[in-house]
Amino acid sequence: MELLDKLTILADAAKYDAACTSSGARRSHRDGMIGSTSSSPMGCCHTFSADGRCVTLLKILLSNDCSYECQYCVNRRSNDTPRASFTPRELAELTIGFYRRNYIEGLFLSSAVLRSPDHTTELMIRALSLLRNEYRFNGYIHAKAIPGTSPELIEQLGMLADRLSVNIELPSEQSLRTLAPNKTRKAILAPMRQIRERGAENRRELVKYRHAPRFAPAGQSTQMIVGATPESDRHILHLSQSLYDSYQLKRVFYSAYVPVVESSLLPALSTRPPLLREHRLYQADWLLRFYGFHADELLDDVQPNFDPLLDPKCCWALRHPEFFPVEVNRADYESLLRVPGIGVVSAKRILVARRTGPLHAEDLRRLGVVMKRAQYFLTCSGALATPLRLSPESIASNLMALERTCLPAQQLDQLSLFDSAG
Amino acid sequence: MSWREIIYQYDGSFEGLLCCIYESYTQKERPTAIITQDADEPCLFEIRAVTTDRAHAQRIYRSLHKISPEVGPLLRRAHLSCLADKEMAIYRFVAKLYREGAPLLSRLSDESYLPLLKAVRHLSHEAELLRGFVRFSELDGMLGAEIEPKGRVLPLLRRHFCDRFYNESFFIYDRTHREALLYSNRVSRIVPLEHFEMAPPDETEAQYRRLWRRFYDTIAIRERENPRLRMTHMPKRFWGTMTEFQEESAMPIKASPPAAQTARNQPALP
Repeated sequence: MELLDKLTILADAAKYDAACTSSGARRSHRDGMIGSTSSSPMGCCHTFSADGRCVTLLKILLSNDCSYECQYCVNRRSNDTPRASFTPRELAELTIGFYRRNYIEGLFLSSAVLRSPDHTTELMIRALSLLRNEYRFNGYIHAKAIPGTSPELIEQLGMLADRLSVNIELPSEQSLRTLAPNKTRKAILAPMRQIRERGAENRRELVKYRHAPRFAPAGQSTQMIVGATPESDRHILHLSQSLYDSYQLKRVFYSAYVPVVESSLLPALSTRPPLLREHRLYQADWLLRFYGFHADELLDDVQPNFDPLLDPKCCWALRHPEFFPVEVNRADYESLLRVPGIGVVSAKRILVARRTGPLHAEDLRRLGVVMKRAQYFLTCSGALATPLRLSPESIASNLMALERTCLPAQQLDQLSLFDSAG
Repeated sequence: MSWREIIYQYDGSFEGLLCCIYESYTQKERPTAIITQDADEPCLFEIRAVTTDRAHAQRIYRSLHKISPEVGPLLRRAHLSCLADKEMAIYRFVAKLYREGAPLLSRLSDESYLPLLKAVRHLSHEAELLRGFVRFSELDGMLGAEIEPKGRVLPLLRRHFCDRFYNESFFIYDRTHREALLYSNRVSRIVPLEHFEMAPPDETEAQYRRLWRRFYDTIAIRERENPRLRMTHMPKRFWGTMTEFQEESAMPIKASPPAAQTARNQPALP
């Protein structure tokens, strides 16, 4: 088979994985080796595909010849799709060729399960060690750890890769049982635990020996499919929170379910991917990681799902009128961050700018605060940023009107239909 | 301050601009405008050519450094940016900084400081995007790329690419400002270059471009198509120099002699 055809089949099979980052690893150039990991802590986006997602790594499967039968997956055993596998050398040459032309920041290697998880991981290790040792590749590598792989192989994989990820795929045990009969919660969590513990141990080693070999220096991430199963946003967000807290994950990715194969257990093929829901989950995820929010604050039993019409931060603000208004010239950083329209950057700028004198509404605008949102929740030296005193209901409708322009029209219709049916 | 209207003309370098500031302070006058040598619009006011003197420039730089070590690098970047009339914007800011001292630096919404901050943010953002969007072609073992940025980003890209391609030779040509970043034998230089045209790709290069275009087209999920989102992240002005947006017919393949071709088909080892 031609390389071009293999690339097409194996990139096509890999594209539903949401994870694409090259952040977290800082490794400078080395003599006789090719490349370095990004000099920026945020990683580096090399292009954006037609769906607007960032492409930073050569995201590809080693093989799509799967022996598993996960209902949602395009590569499942019973699906009639062309199969292909890379040889380690083809993959290494492709990676180096792309990397040197600055097409990519590194390789994201995943694979379908060939025979068994151990066998597949061995093949991946063989390919990655060829790339690292013979082709002297010093760039970023993200490798997928397959649930059920033995710990020794995960250890080897982590020595070659910068980041490892184990996909949770479905947010509950129940859903896993029905849709991914070959995977169990235990088998997924075991490698995650191992990566966490090995990472912590490696950090201790590095304190003692500066040149100790590094185990997955960029940590681990995971992804969940949203919309294939009936879990609520609250359930998903709580799971994310516990993954961040107890497994020290760097990122949790959410992937709106795109129906690719017919199955009686799944939404119909004509279903549109729940992109707005995915978007709200990402917004909430950011609130967890950078804004000091906790999952419990954002959603509760009364409201288990996000409001499609309003972002999670605005929703929280409207439900907590007692917290507002926040006085810009006195409030601490944490309180500033809770104001809709103020982000991490503008909150930090406010802290700097107010040192020399009181700030006014006009200054805030110049600092990058989105006053369209923030005006209802702020005072500047005691004066309200908006001259009108509004009721919570009218604030909510004003904010929704702002948000409406950003939302795709058909998405809204679809969601309201869904709500009335459920 | 003198009542005369006067225009300073300098050589376009950052040091030259600092000398204009020096000139203004020693002559106790305030220029109406500061222009570069190649701007030759006729005008009614007196034009004075300010010669670049390293000692004068250093004196200004040190005095700024004394106010805060952040000022020098900030102004250097502002001078690289594409801010309209950046010389006068910098001049006005420096004049105010001498008057008011370091506290000005925390007044982030000040009307003479904010334009510089915005320009520098724009420049840094552009450089950050280009770190990913630069596309190299390999020609006889040398990597080459062309870009069309708004600001002069080459000094900002230098460190990143010299680190990334530490053991290689490469160049990046900036079409807008007609200068090139050259790197070989672990030494990098930025030189003015009036004209440059990329040689057509050879067989291997064309093959990699095909592979990349195919990968790019395949990786998009059709059901999620979102052209507006793509344009937000990657404005169209960058597309002109990116491989994935070039038609195959737009790049004729150079017929290379068979001997050279086999040499190139070897795996790309250092």
